[in-house]
Amino acid sequence: MSRYLLRRLAQIIPTLFVVSILIFGLQQLLPGDPALVMAGEERDPEVIEQIRKQYRLDQPLPVRYAYWIGGVLQGDLGESMRIKRPVGELVLEKLPVTLELATLALLIALLIGIPAGIISAVFKNTVWDYGANVIALWGISTPNFWLGILLIFLFSVQLGWLPASGYVSLREDPLGNLASMIMPAFVLGNAIAAVMMRHTRSAMLQTLNADYVRTARAKGVSETAVVIRHALRNALTPVITLGAIEFGALLSGAVLTEQVFSIPGFGKLIVDAVFNRDYAVVQGVVLVTASCYILLNLLADLAYAVVNPRLRTAKA
Amino acid sequence: MQRKFLASLAAAATALSLMAGAAAAQSTLRIGLAEDPDILDPTLARTFVGRIVFASLCDKLFDINEKLEIVPQLATEYRISEDKKEIAIKLRPGVKFHDGEAMDAAAVKYSLERHLTMQGSFRKSEINVISAIEVRDPLNVVLKLSVPFAPLVAQLTDRAGMIVSPKAAEAMGAKFGTTPVCAGPYKFVERIAQDRIVVERFADYWNKDAIKIDRIVYQPITDSTVRLANIQSGTLDLVERVAATDLDTVRKNSKLKLSIQNEIGYQGLTFNVANGERAKKPLGQSAKVREAFELALDRSIINQVAFNGEYLPGNQWVSPVHPFYQKSFPVPARDVKKAQALLKEAGVTTPVSFTLMFPNSTEPRQVAEIIQSMAREAGFDVKLEATEFATSLKRSNQGDFEAFLIGWSGRTDPDGNIYAFSSCKGGQNDGKHCNADLDKALDAARAASTVEERKKLYEEATRIIVTERPRIYLYHRKWFVAYTNKLHGFTQVPDGLIRVQGLSLN
Repeated sequence: MSRYLLRRLAQIIPTLFVVSILIFGLQQLLPGDPALVMAGEERDPEVIEQIRKQYRLDQPLPVRYAYWIGGVLQGDLGESMRIKRPVGELVLEKLPVTLELATLALLIALLIGIPAGIISAVFKNTVWDYGANVIALWGISTPNFWLGILLIFLFSVQLGWLPASGYVSLREDPLGNLASMIMPAFVLGNAIAAVMMRHTRSAMLQTLNADYVRTARAKGVSETAVVIRHALRNALTPVITLGAIEFGALLSGAVLTEQVFSIPGFGKLIVDAVFNRDYAVVQGVVLVTASCYILLNLLADLAYAVVNPRLRTAKA
Repeated sequence: MQRKFLASLAAAATALSLMAGAAAAQSTLRIGLAEDPDILDPTLARTFVGRIVFASLCDKLFDINEKLEIVPQLATEYRISEDKKEIAIKLRPGVKFHDGEAMDAAAVKYSLERHLTMQGSFRKSEINVISAIEVRDPLNVVLKLSVPFAPLVAQLTDRAGMIVSPKAAEAMGAKFGTTPVCAGPYKFVERIAQDRIVVERFADYWNKDAIKIDRIVYQPITDSTVRLANIQSGTLDLVERVAATDLDTVRKNSKLKLSIQNEIGYQGLTFNVANGERAKKPLGQSAKVREAFELALDRSIINQVAFNGEYLPGNQWVSPVHPFYQKSFPVPARDVKKAQALLKEAGVTTPVSFTLMFPNSTEPRQVAEIIQSMAREAGFDVKLEATEFATSLKRSNQGDFEAFLIGWSGRTDPDGNIYAFSSCKGGQNDGKHCNADLDKALDAARAASTVEERKKLYEEATRIIVTERPRIYLYHRKWFVAYTNKLHGFTQVPDGLIRVQGLSLN
C-alpha cells in the first residue's frame, strides 16, 4: 500500500509540470493585450509600454515561462497586475471559502443523492422511484443561475430569512457564515445530488441483483442490513469517483453561483482575472486547482481501497 | 460583603448596557458596487468603482458640484496668473492625514510629483503640463505649467488632485494602494478582494461635522438583479448603477428611494476611417455614407426600446444638458429617404455592408440589434460582432474594426471627452481620423481661459465632427442609485461618485 502511495505521489510531479506548461501556453492564446486592458480608459501609450516591461510582457514566451515557473518553485506565484497583491496571498484568502462552499455543497449532494438513489433502487418502479427520478431531473435541468436568483427572491426579498448575498467568515460569525453559505451550497449541491442519485440508483440495482446479496437474504439477514451493509458498500465505488470529480470541479470555482451570491471564492477570482487578463492570477489559481484535482484523484483511489478490501491487495 | 458584591454586579451590568448601547449606536452604511475596484492608489488606479471608494478615503484639492462647478476641498482657492502658466493654490489649514501627519504644501508637492514620476502612473498624462511645483509656505503652493492648460484645475478634482501621506507612501512604495493613507473622511480598515472594502470614520477629519456614519462597507456585486435583490431585502443600504429596466421596481418600493443624475460621459459609434486595411470601405472612406447611416438612426427609439426611455439621446461628446453643449448642432432626426438619397449620391452599391463590433454584454447587444434593424431600411447591411471586452479593445487599437460601439465614462472638463479621441495624435483615436483645423480648435480650447472663449472654439470643433462624423454620439446614460429611505442627505453629482459628506442613517 505504501509503495503504491509513493508511486502515485511520484507521478504527480511530471503531471504538474505538463499542466504548468499547458496553463501558461493556453493562456497566451487568449486574444487581448493585458497591458491595454490594465490601462483601461486612460491608455497612455507610455504607461502601456511601462506595464509591458514591468510584467515582462515584452519578453519571449519561454523566458516568461522560465521566470514564472522559477518563482513557483520558490513558492512565489507572482503578483496580480490589477490589485498588486501576491497571487499566493489571494489563493490563501480564497481557498478556505471555496473549500467550505465545496464541502457544504458535496454534503448536501450526499445527503440528498445517496438516500434518494437507495430508495429509488430498493423501491424500483414504485411511486418512490418515480418521485426520486423527478427530483433528479429537476436538479439536473435547473440552471444554477436561475435557481440562485429564485432562492434570493424567496428567502431574502420575500421572507427575509437569509442575506441576499455576500460572505461572512466562519471565524467571525459561524451562524452568519452558515446563513450566507446555505443558499449557494444548496444550489450547487442540488445539481450534484441529481447526478449522484442516478449513479447510486444504477449501482444499487446491479448489486441488489448480485448472488452474494441473494445469499445474504437466504441466510435470513434483515433487509436493512442487506441494503446498507452488503449492497450499498459495493455500490459506493462509482459514487466515490463521482464525488471526487464533482468536488474537484467545485474547487475550480463555481463561477455562476459565486457570482450570483457574491461569494469571494476561486470562481469569482478567476473570472475577474480572465476578463482583466490578469495572467499571474489565472496561472496561479489554475495551478492550485489542478493540484487539488490530482490530489483528489489520489484520495479517491485510496478510498476505493478502504471500501473494497480486494483492491488493497491488488494494488499493493 | 453581599451588598458590595451586588453593587459591583449592578455597576458591571450598567457598564455592559452602556457598552451595548454604544455598540448599537455604531452605524454602518453598506454600499453595493457594480465591480470590484482595482488598486486603491490614486496614482495607479483606473477604475470607476475605485473612484467611488476614493470618495470616502481621499479628499482632493478641489471637488465639483451638481452644476459641474469647481468647489474647494483640500484647497480653499486658486489663482491663475496672467500668462496662464502659473496656478497658485491656497491650502486649507489644520488638515491631517489618517496617520496624523499634516497635509501641507510639501505633501501636495510630493503627491503631484509622485503622479508625474511613479512607474505605471495613470495620472501623468493628465497633469504632465506641470513643469515645476513650488512650495511658498506650508499653506501655499504654486504649479508652473509648460503651456497654458485650462483643464488642469478640473483634473485636480479627480484622482490627480488626491493628496496622499508622504510618510505612508514612502514606507509602502508601490504597495501603498493596499493600505492607502489620505486625508479623506474615512480611513482604510480592510479589503478582502472581491468581497468587501471596509472604511471607518476618521476622527480628525477637517470637516468631521459632515460625517455622521461610523463605517462604510463597499461590496462588489456584479449582477444588477442581485444588487437590486440585496437592497430590496435590506442586506445593502445603497446600490449604484441600477439597470434602467429595474427602475419601476425601485419606484414602486416604498422602502426605497431613487436618485437620478446625468452622466458626464457618452456612448457612441467609432468608425475606422484611416487605421489600416479595414478603413478602406465605403463607410470609412465616405463622410456622405456615414451621414446616411446617422440619418437612418432614431436615437429616441434606441433609448425607448433598450432603456425604457430613461437615458438621454445626444450627438456630441457632452450631453445636451451640459454647459458646453453646442445648441446650434441639435440631435438630428431620422430621415430614411434622405439617407437613401445620400447613398445614391455617394455612388455606392447598396446594401452598404459593414461589421459593427460591440462589447459582449446585454445593453450594447440590444443597442446594436436596434441599429442593425433601423439601418437596414436605409440600405445598410450591418453585421453584428459581439466581442469580449478585452479583445475588442485590442482590435480597436490595432485598427481591426469597421465600426465599434463604445462609450467613455467622461471627465469633468470637456477636453477630457474629446482631445484623446479626436486630435490627430490622440492616444485613443483608434479610427485615426485627422483634421488639422480640428486640432487647432482643440489646442486653442485648452489654452483659452474663459468658458465663453472655450465654448466658441468648441463650436468649430463640433462643426467638424458632426460634418465628418468620425464618431457618431448616440446617447448619454444616467446614474441610477437606489437607497434605503433610512438614508438621508444623499445627493448626486454628474461624475456618478457617492459622496459621503452629509449622509446619515436612522
